Amino acid sequence: MTVLAVEHLAKSWGGVQAVAGVSFSLAAGEVLALIGPNGAGKSTCFNMLNGQVRPDSGRVLLAGRDITGMAPRHVFRLGVGRTFQITATFGAMSVRENVQVALLSQARGLGGLWRPMAGQKAAEAEALLDRVGMLEQAARPCGVLAYGDLKRVELAVALANTPRLLLMDEPTAGMAPAERIALMALTARLAKEGGIGVLFTEHDMDVVFAHADRIIVLDRGQLIAEGAPQEVRADPRVREVYLGTGATAGGH
Amino acid sequence: MSGVSRRVVMTGVLAAPMLARAQAGAPIKIGEVNSYTSQPAFLAPYRNSWILAVEQINAAGGINGRPLETIFRDDGGKPEDAVRHAGELINNEKVDLLAGGFLSNIGLALGDFANQNRKLYIASEPLTDALVWARGNRYTFRLRPSTYMQCAMLVEEAAKLPARRWAMVAPNYEYGQSSVRWFKELLTRAKPDVEFVAEQFPALGRIDAGATVQALAGARPEAIFNVTFGADLTNFVRQGNTRGLFEHRSVVSVLTGEPEYLEPLGDEAPEGWIVTGYPWEQIDNPTHTAFRAAYKARWNADPKLGSVVARDTVTAIAAALRKTSAIETEALIATFRGLTFPTSFGTGDVTFRAIDHQSTLGAFVGKTALRNGRGTMTDWRYADGAKYFPTDEVVRTLRTAPV
Amino acid sequence: MDDLVVQALSGLASASSLFLVASGLTVIFGVTRVVNFAHGSLYMLGAYVAWSLVTHGVFAFAGPFWQFWGGILGAAVVTAAIGAVIEVLLLRRIYRAPELFQLLATFGVVLVVQDVALWAWGAQDLLGPRAPMLRGAVRILGLRFPLYELFLIAVGPLVLAGLWLLFHRTRFGVLVRAATADREMVAALGVNQALLFTGVFALGAGLAGLGGALQLPRESVNLHMDLSTITEAFVVVVVGGLGSLTGAFLAALLIGELSAFGILILPKITLVLVFLVMAVVLVVRPYGLLGRAPQGLHASSGPPDPLLLPAPRALRQLGAVVLALLVGSAWVLPDYELSVLTEILVALLFAASLHFIMGPGGLASFGHAAYFGAGAYAAALLVQHAAAPMWAGMLLAPFAAGLLGLVFGWFCVRLSGVYAAMLTLAFAQIAWSTAFQWVEVTGGDNGILGVWPDAWAQPKPVFYLLALVLCVGGAMLLRRIVWAPFGAALRAGRDSPLRAEAIGIDTFRTRWMAFAISAAFAGVAGSVFAYAKGSVFPTYLGISRSVDALLMVLLGGVQTLSGPLLGAVALTGLQEQLMRGTDHWRLLLGATIILLVVFFPQGLAGAARAAWEKRA
Repeated sequence: MTVLAVEHLAKSWGGVQAVAGVSFSLAAGEVLALIGPNGAGKSTCFNMLNGQVRPDSGRVLLAGRDITGMAPRHVFRLGVGRTFQITATFGAMSVRENVQVALLSQARGLGGLWRPMAGQKAAEAEALLDRVGMLEQAARPCGVLAYGDLKRVELAVALANTPRLLLMDEPTAGMAPAERIALMALTARLAKEGGIGVLFTEHDMDVVFAHADRIIVLDRGQLIAEGAPQEVRADPRVREVYLGTGATAGGH
Repeated sequence: MSGVSRRVVMTGVLAAPMLARAQAGAPIKIGEVNSYTSQPAFLAPYRNSWILAVEQINAAGGINGRPLETIFRDDGGKPEDAVRHAGELINNEKVDLLAGGFLSNIGLALGDFANQNRKLYIASEPLTDALVWARGNRYTFRLRPSTYMQCAMLVEEAAKLPARRWAMVAPNYEYGQSSVRWFKELLTRAKPDVEFVAEQFPALGRIDAGATVQALAGARPEAIFNVTFGADLTNFVRQGNTRGLFEHRSVVSVLTGEPEYLEPLGDEAPEGWIVTGYPWEQIDNPTHTAFRAAYKARWNADPKLGSVVARDTVTAIAAALRKTSAIETEALIATFRGLTFPTSFGTGDVTFRAIDHQSTLGAFVGKTALRNGRGTMTDWRYADGAKYFPTDEVVRTLRTAPV
Repeated sequence: MDDLVVQALSGLASASSLFLVASGLTVIFGVTRVVNFAHGSLYMLGAYVAWSLVTHGVFAFAGPFWQFWGGILGAAVVTAAIGAVIEVLLLRRIYRAPELFQLLATFGVVLVVQDVALWAWGAQDLLGPRAPMLRGAVRILGLRFPLYELFLIAVGPLVLAGLWLLFHRTRFGVLVRAATADREMVAALGVNQALLFTGVFALGAGLAGLGGALQLPRESVNLHMDLSTITEAFVVVVVGGLGSLTGAFLAALLIGELSAFGILILPKITLVLVFLVMAVVLVVRPYGLLGRAPQGLHASSGPPDPLLLPAPRALRQLGAVVLALLVGSAWVLPDYELSVLTEILVALLFAASLHFIMGPGGLASFGHAAYFGAGAYAAALLVQHAAAPMWAGMLLAPFAAGLLGLVFGWFCVRLSGVYAAMLTLAFAQIAWSTAFQWVEVTGGDNGILGVWPDAWAQPKPVFYLLALVLCVGGAMLLRRIVWAPFGAALRAGRDSPLRAEAIGIDTFRTRWMAFAISAAFAGVAGSVFAYAKGSVFPTYLGISRSVDALLMVLLGGVQTLSGPLLGAVALTGLQEQLMRGTDHWRLLLGATIILLVVFFPQGLAGAARAAWEKRA
């Protein structure tokens, strides 16, 4: 089943074509990597998917429903989880509270003025934190966490609405290599178990080739390659784009 | 206060209040609330004069053997703080009556407080008509000539001028607005063919003098009625002088002859304006001369109008206290109605009218002039306040409070 | 037609004067992010110092020309030095404090300067001499126009050009511009930041002093110059865009000309014009005419907010004891003490309501008195026009204030940082001028009298208990909301709008509702105050009441829930004691605030919390 279908998506910033007619699709349970050199349009493309950036043209379909240009908070309601390149968490709230807010939001319970939040969705929040390995730190404020831990909290938050699509912008940036593999292995397992489609961008080719089921490659706003990791690795155009970093791309 | 009299006060506080009051020698307490920190230029000469007046009364044996004591409180220019002080003065200091007030809204707040708490309040300075008319009450009396009276005094002179086209400038608040309203109404009545060609209402204390002067000049009036005062007046006069606004035009101006407003203008004081005010250095009758000399001796300064207001307030209160057997609010109200006392202007007796609790204290009307580099008044006369009231029937419709 | 040309010139002269003050303010804010409330005081000091230098003939030896102009320039230098002293002794210690905290310190300076100026120069307005060679007037289109005004028209652009050269042709200027754009970068470049800040503050103060000194031939020097200047200067800075000199210049032109022509059409517009301009500009352009979206204004300085923790047991026990004492007071304390306590309770709820939107909401309001006043007026108008009983007035108050909060909040919560704060101020001033000018309904500045409680509540102890229930109850309710999911959503939107939106939170709507809730509680405080005082005046909606609330929250500590409560008690209590005891209460209050700021940069509650945690 197709979770996400992107059709001819385009966006330009002040005359510069950042994304020029990109189309691809993502199936449930599939882990899809979006790669490309710096400035290829990955982030713009990514931000158009959950409504942070409005595309100039093209469509974004979530399980067949057109969500083009829909605001991020509405996209969330339709079952899309999201992590950010630079982590975005609530710094003056504890790790547990961060997840509780997301859970309550999903349950439309954030209007409550009377019953303290402490007792609401706490167990579910802790269950999620347990899955990403953050349970021990549940009471700490996010503002003081190490970067890698923040990425994990973000993942837990993104999973709070039991998403069918998970968008992860550089999910392992700033983490130690061992942590990266572990986090992506976890993500891949969650995807398979829950039938979640995962789209992620990543600079670390080890992570990409180890965990992606499929890879799409963007260069100067255009999709230049698409396929299984081995195919993409062998693609001459990809090799050309990554010439400067050819060692990374071809070294494995 | 000497150690002895402080002990007397302490005894008074410790003893039952009724007993203390009956006791000869226990002070009669006046609670005085005013905007000392926010309006120091006007209220420092006021308080000095008040202190002197009380000292003189006490030196002469006090009121039936009891000294007067004043407890001053600063309201910082806020009515809500004035009301709090009034509460403290009544409840903790057990004052026998309240006095003071400079800004109109504070006078009204204190008046309403007095009404609610059944305590006498003698408003000294506030000018608003509402204090004795629309919002007057049986507990509030006011000394100084009101906005209406000041305007009526000036209209009398303005009507004699040939000018038909008038422009008005007034600070944008109740005092300014009602001055303009009364002036227009009374002048139209006295001289039906006048025409009002421009009005400017600069924000109080923030006049944009250049633009205001130019806007007035643009209307080509033959005469100007000014209500601005203080810093606004200074800036208005400077711009007006430089731009020639006042040349070949009559200017009628409220309060400008009071030393409080005339002195800061220095050698730029305008000449020939028709004003209400207080030519303190020229009033040479015995009463006023004595007052001026005593004030100078005590404070090494010349009196301002505020000094007269303070002294007359104390004089009136003392006169009432002397005439009342029991120092008690209802008895004092009865005494104050129709109370007559001499003003330190030396122009004779002044009466608190029973009909609206307004005193008949007047003001001096004259023309401004420059002498030795300072502004002063010439051709002045004392305008007795008693002559500048609406008829009693009109006053009864204006004052709705039960008598 | 000729009249209009001269009117336009008058507007230009005012614009120049405005720009001079505003330029210093915008430079200071751009670099140090300090909302310098004392800028008006520096302006006033400039005028007073110039008056002294000129009239005492300090530079008389160089001839009459230099006696005057030497005095003007000397005043600017002296003011710059005063600014440098303030920066070194006071502000430098608190750059790391939470945002806006410096405002508290500069407000202390305002109070101190007021008393010092009164002591040094006396109460009477002082009239300075006119400028040599610029005394008279020239004829323009047949109308006389003062030479000095022409000179002023030239000074504005000259100062702008001078500052441009300074900022583009000197190393100091380049650093200032870099720091305005990105503070962290300059710190990273290894520049002596302390020295840079002192220099900038001195420059800004000097410009304020020059602005004040140049008014000498135009206006009398008086003790009200500080406060009458500061708001307009802020308006110019914000309308122009924070940190933008050209923007400030354009804003000054806009306001100068609109005032000059506005009074021809609507003479009474003087009260509110500048605030109308600011409201319109900020609604259309959220960062002013030439401003840019602030980069990290929220997290510009200081550590992130600490975690909100439930009060420790000891604190809750203490709270219960205090509450019991407060209830017991009704039977023990005399009337006046009870009325003071009532006022403190009102302040407490008012501060708590501001804190609700400022702390968890992350939106500082400089105009919270609007909602306090709305509650007070709602009750008073109901009494006056419908002779309604007290309960009706107290019931209507939160709805009226909340409704006003909904209307104003809809515009304000879209903005952030100082822009949002200034928009709240603009709306509050519009509300204030409505109460002030709509005499038929509100009674204008004479207010509404006779708003006394119903007979059963007139005894002071009864009314006090009622106030206790409403105010403490209200504050506890607000506290409850902060801990409830709605409060969490609000804090979430403050910490990271990006993340909040990504998990389905409508951050605009949440903040908007929070603003209305905060306004409603302020309205309750206002209605209690109205009945306690028996009268309602436009001052209830005035800037100084808004500032009071701000001071209470900052003094107590914005990052804790008990902070505003502590701040309200401290400020109201201190002021009551000092005002009763001495005419120099401003000096003492100002000095106390300064000391508290220096020693407790986290606020009183923050300091108490730190001490508690250290002990544990």
